[in-house]
Amino acid sequence: MRREAGRLIGGTATAAVDRSRGKAYPLARVPASPLDIERIREDFPILRHQIRGKPLVYLDNAATSQKPQVVIDAVSRFYSAENANIHRGVHYLSERATVAYDEVREKVAQFLNARSSREIIFTRGTTEGINLVAQSYGRTNLKPGDEIVITAMEHHSNIVPWQLVCEQTGAVLKAAPINDDGELDVTAFEQLLSDRTRLVAVVHLSNALGTINPIKRLVALAHARGIPVLVDGAQAAPHLAVDVQDLDCDFFVFSGHKVLGPTGVGVLYGKEALLERMPPYQGGGDMIETVTLQRSTWAPVPSKFEAGTPMIAQVIGMGAALDYVADLGLESIAAWEHELLSYATERLRGIEGIRLIGTAREKASVLSFVLDGAHPHDIGTILDDEGVAIRVGHHCAQPVMERFGLPATARASFAFYNTFAEIDVLADGITNVKKMFA
Amino acid sequence: MATLSSLYQDLILDHNRAPQNFRRMENANRRVEGHNPLCGDRLTVWLRMEGDIIRDAAFQGSGCAISKASASMMTSSVKGKTRAEAEALFARFHSLVTGSLEQTQADSLGKLAVFSGLAEFPIRVKCASLSWHALKAALEQPDAVVSTE
Repeated sequence: MRREAGRLIGGTATAAVDRSRGKAYPLARVPASPLDIERIREDFPILRHQIRGKPLVYLDNAATSQKPQVVIDAVSRFYSAENANIHRGVHYLSERATVAYDEVREKVAQFLNARSSREIIFTRGTTEGINLVAQSYGRTNLKPGDEIVITAMEHHSNIVPWQLVCEQTGAVLKAAPINDDGELDVTAFEQLLSDRTRLVAVVHLSNALGTINPIKRLVALAHARGIPVLVDGAQAAPHLAVDVQDLDCDFFVFSGHKVLGPTGVGVLYGKEALLERMPPYQGGGDMIETVTLQRSTWAPVPSKFEAGTPMIAQVIGMGAALDYVADLGLESIAAWEHELLSYATERLRGIEGIRLIGTAREKASVLSFVLDGAHPHDIGTILDDEGVAIRVGHHCAQPVMERFGLPATARASFAFYNTFAEIDVLADGITNVKKMFA
Repeated sequence: MATLSSLYQDLILDHNRAPQNFRRMENANRRVEGHNPLCGDRLTVWLRMEGDIIRDAAFQGSGCAISKASASMMTSSVKGKTRAEAEALFARFHSLVTGSLEQTQADSLGKLAVFSGLAEFPIRVKCASLSWHALKAALEQPDAVVSTE
């Protein structure tokens, strides 16, 4: 059944078949993709699995992506044949591991189009990257009355670290509002920028709404006032081609596990001049130049920010993931995901009683919705019984839920390995929910 | 579908559609807010106690079908019970939804036994027990308006 669903894609099939009822949707709507989705799906072993006796339809990619075999193999090979600590051994394995680890830094620099791999710091993930900037840059530069500007569509991980540093320094956190479509009010954002603003932190692609923010424009507005900008790229990195030089942002953070890589690893990009001036975030091994019992001096960037033995296997796994993404090409990925989102939007809009939450003109990969008469949790449980994995709840973005007056939404989020046939399963599942709750 | 239909039984769907005791109680002498921070569900439980006896129970709030139906049936089933009886009922209900209740005891739960399907859905047990936890907190706080948070 899974293969059947896969074969529908790439413009090669003749009819999309609803698995449960044999109903055919007009396949003329499935556009050709430069990607061979059927072949790509074979790279992801989990997509061959059945959930509750049904083929897995994985539509929770905004929470975490699935992993291609090359990533699983890279991690397994490292532990099986290459495992050693890095930056501290003269033996063969340590040297090999060090080289492999540092090579990924080069890959990440290319992935983001950074000027230099010295601008790439490995973290545990997006959350740690933001906390690093808040504590290292923020704590050093913020005084009472200074302001940090975020938006009303941020994930908790781009709110709470700033609240913490505001408590520590007496700085004030301000949030630019969003409109009913879930788009940032750029005029209001600009009006929040003042000579007291010390930092802007803004999400690139909203995890709860799918909105793509006009980052280049926001950076230009902030830079016109000399304010540095951090971009939360957790959702952008897997779905949009990111060029940090073109965006001209000062910091960009993302997580490996949302870009096909392992959990426990992420990236902080920072402009070198800024990183140079920032104090260490954590102290320990690997981040020092010299240590005496009285005082220590720091290693140059990026090591200054990588205290202790890092997540070596995860970094190597993330390197394999970025290679895989680069082979497919983010432009091709984004183009196919755009088709998926358009089709899913069309199918769900056709279901009476559905309201889409997040209808920005610029959107990617995320479709949040509510359904009259059925709570998102019930939708989630019933779809799960069909093998469909979606996220329900507040998506770690409670201020967004509050803005729309909702306790929760249901969210389908797509990746390039998803198919039109899977979206049909989702839509039919929602129709079943409606029947049950009618 | 077997397990899914055991979860969403008609009685539960009926209570979700038209919950009983779904109202603000003006003459309550206990009020507790229940909150499930994981899913954002919130509900308020009101009680009117006369001595040790629950004379009236009501609730309001937002939540899934399981939490709403559970609150509906909880408020109905504790009316007229003493505090000790209500607490004992919660203990049996909790055992039921976590799958550790003997069949003979399940029978003694009457209509509440409709929630037995939850034992197959451990992640949804919190939904069914939210209103019961609020009830327990209300019973334990004799004179105060409290929140479980």
